[in-house]
Amino acid sequence: MMRADSTGVGASAQRVGGYGRVTGLQQYLADIRLPDVLHVKLVTLDCARAKIRSIDTTAAKQVPGVRLVMTAADLPQPVPRFGPQFQDRPILADRETKYHGEPIAAVAAETKDAAEEAAELVQVEHEVLSGGVFSVADALNPASPLVCDPALRPDDPLADTNTRREHRFGWGDVEAAPADLVVENSYEFPMVTHFAIEPHGFMAAPDGNGIAVWSTIQHPYLLQKMIGQILDLPLAKVRVFAPDPGGGFGGKQNPKLEPLLAFMALRTGRPVRLILTLDETFQAVRRSSAEVRVRTGFKNDGTLVFEDFEANFLAGAYIDIADRVVSKGSYLAAGPYRVPAVRILARTLLSHLPPSTAFRGFGIPQVTWARESNLDEGARVLGIDRLELRLRNLAHRGEEFVPGDTPADGNWKETVQKAADLIGWGTPLPPGRGRGLAIGVKSGPTTGLSYSTVRLLADGSVLVYSGTSDMGQGARTVFAQVASEELGIPLERISVVMGDTSVVPYDQQTSASRSSVLMGNAVLRACRSIQAQLQALAARLYDIDEAEIEVRKGLVRLPDRTIPMVEVLEAGLGRLGGELTGHGEMRKDAVPDHPLGGTAAFFEFNCTAIELEVDPETGHINIVRHVTVSDVGRALNPIQVAGQDDGAAIMGLGHTIMEHIILDEEGRIRNIGAIDYRIPTSLDLPQELVSASIENADGPGPYGVKGISEGALLAVSPAVAAAVTEATGLIIRDLPLTPQRVWEAMRDSAKEAG
Amino acid sequence: MSDMLQIEVKVNGAQRLIDVAVHHTLLDVLRDDLELTGTKECCVVGECGACTVLVDGRAMNSCLMLAVEVDGSEVTTVEGLATDGRLSPLQEAFLDAGAAQCGFCISGQLMAAHALLSRIPHPTVEEVNEGLAGNLCRCAGYEQITQAVLMAAEGGDR
Repeated sequence: MMRADSTGVGASAQRVGGYGRVTGLQQYLADIRLPDVLHVKLVTLDCARAKIRSIDTTAAKQVPGVRLVMTAADLPQPVPRFGPQFQDRPILADRETKYHGEPIAAVAAETKDAAEEAAELVQVEHEVLSGGVFSVADALNPASPLVCDPALRPDDPLADTNTRREHRFGWGDVEAAPADLVVENSYEFPMVTHFAIEPHGFMAAPDGNGIAVWSTIQHPYLLQKMIGQILDLPLAKVRVFAPDPGGGFGGKQNPKLEPLLAFMALRTGRPVRLILTLDETFQAVRRSSAEVRVRTGFKNDGTLVFEDFEANFLAGAYIDIADRVVSKGSYLAAGPYRVPAVRILARTLLSHLPPSTAFRGFGIPQVTWARESNLDEGARVLGIDRLELRLRNLAHRGEEFVPGDTPADGNWKETVQKAADLIGWGTPLPPGRGRGLAIGVKSGPTTGLSYSTVRLLADGSVLVYSGTSDMGQGARTVFAQVASEELGIPLERISVVMGDTSVVPYDQQTSASRSSVLMGNAVLRACRSIQAQLQALAARLYDIDEAEIEVRKGLVRLPDRTIPMVEVLEAGLGRLGGELTGHGEMRKDAVPDHPLGGTAAFFEFNCTAIELEVDPETGHINIVRHVTVSDVGRALNPIQVAGQDDGAAIMGLGHTIMEHIILDEEGRIRNIGAIDYRIPTSLDLPQELVSASIENADGPGPYGVKGISEGALLAVSPAVAAAVTEATGLIIRDLPLTPQRVWEAMRDSAKEAG
Repeated sequence: MSDMLQIEVKVNGAQRLIDVAVHHTLLDVLRDDLELTGTKECCVVGECGACTVLVDGRAMNSCLMLAVEVDGSEVTTVEGLATDGRLSPLQEAFLDAGAAQCGFCISGQLMAAHALLSRIPHPTVEEVNEGLAGNLCRCAGYEQITQAVLMAAEGGDR
């Protein structure tokens, strides 16, 4: 048993980097001051879709302090395009804007004031184009204009439609499956935005014969690769600095304006800096809204016979990673159940809206909302308890619930039962209240590659190098804890180095709740390499066979005595000092024929249970108790796990009861910014929030850990909606469940009854 | 060139004479002129609380105040909470409770909490939630933040 009182694994150690965060000393990107820097401001139009006739920069250039006004004409031609999935996003709008807020030009000036003033003076002669694609219906309408130029989609049979891709998954024969009851409904999931409190920021500067780029990015190595490709520079000449992001949630995964900044830095020969406003981030990232139609076939006893999905996800004008969100999310649409026949059709639809991208849950919240709500409807019709129906169909450990993929990797029933127990499922309800319970499951990474270097320095202190981005999930802390556990060094003597691609070895990315598992294993292996070197050192020093020496937790055990590791290190290194360096690699290889390119490294499994009441006068939902239970394998740091689960749960309440982007008829966001777009505050919390973990040490990460951080968000919506149904009798299939929507549903139902 | 005015202000205990642009906010001046970057910029409309500082002991959104308005005042930022490198009990409590996740909102939370505890030394949970309602945390570490404030209050003097 590992010690909970230590700083090693299983301890609620204080956050590494916490000191800087409570003193204001932590340097986020916007806090870094580059000498001689130019400030950049973007030029945009107040419409979604326009043809650009001409751009006059004369007046802007006359503003004192302006050094550059860059337009697409100043870029290589054709304007370079980039993207993590398709190379579809131009560095600046190319002859046409395709969404409200798309940058057309950018000003660089000596001061922010001058840049802002000049940006207002850039004259863009343009023609607003009518008939934009702003909804799923628009995107599916063959009469709508094409968002993406078919020339950019060679050999694509869908090139003359607004469907970027269609995905089909499934097994068994849905048509032949004999169901006693078929429940069919459509569910809508709203468009929401990440709203990280740190707006996205970017800097770039010439660096010798290469370039340095700073970004609030989750994937610094992907950015390095893209900048290298766009500028035709070798990787070794592209240095990416990635300071800890002030919240990411998926919105900061992929490069956005860094290529523009790189061109501006090279053009001016000076450092350039662009910090977006919060309003601009609304036009930079969001989650795909979705309409999901689901048919569920049941036997009379509640056994699932088939599930049949048609999911339409509304992506933006450029795909970013949205199509991967659609495929990976919809692939698991049938959930963690034993279903003999499944058919899934999912579409990634283009629109004249800001690009949608990864967002905590990665497509799973949309399909979970539909699937779990439909299960509840089936249970109600069949007269079966909703918990019992789920348990009856839930996959057992080791069951291949998606044929050909990773089998169920947890005792999932335990998770569900714990959530049910904590909410008091089956106990009498106070009048006016309702309960709901829903299950979410998400694949961890399907491929991955992480390297870590660990240096044991001459005085027994440790440097851990990790290319993960610590955006609040606490990666630094858990990696330090792994090193502490393995090398027996207290946390105060360990530093974790991140955020510089010229110093830290490669990591594929920070996403899909992967880092504790993949980078965690890389750190673990690097530490074990150091242990092996100490073993060899001790064998040489004391003339003992290596096999007779054991190195564990900072102690070197010889047959006749035990020596502190540091003593062996000092003796072995000798007068010149030096250090031991360990390298660790963790790889999750692709599977060529797999529909997603690889199997799930693990599953994030969560059960959420809600008890609430609805104010009959206002439609306001009062969440009395919110229970979220996640199968985490092993909690490396319980207080951080609770923080992530609480946060995911509350973020889930955001899109469930309050958050949604509202568009006007021209495709502009009407509720842009913090005044009109509300996210949960300390006054919007459940009366009681209970986060619990199931720990069976059955994950693939160090000490049995699985990924966490997304699970507690996945099933919030259906659990809340089911509780609303029990409390009021109303079935609402559109989110969010705002007071207005709930009140209107109550009014309509009263009218019908009356 | 924009109009400049000289203001006299005590920042984190030190008297300063600063030339400020008349249209610049207190937030602009703290971050850009005084390089006190612990105070964060997010919404700039007074809704998120990331820029909260104390002006004469009251929690204010520094994005909503012009710098010239603090002429003759005393301003405390997050950098002013620790004394001689020793964290305040509130800062310690934030660390112990795991209240700082990404950390970007934490400067503002700390300043709002500081103002709250000055007014109400032993607040209830409801009073903490009410007192910090103007400070958004997208990591949604509200439970931990509230717990930290209650822990600091229990610990007595700050």
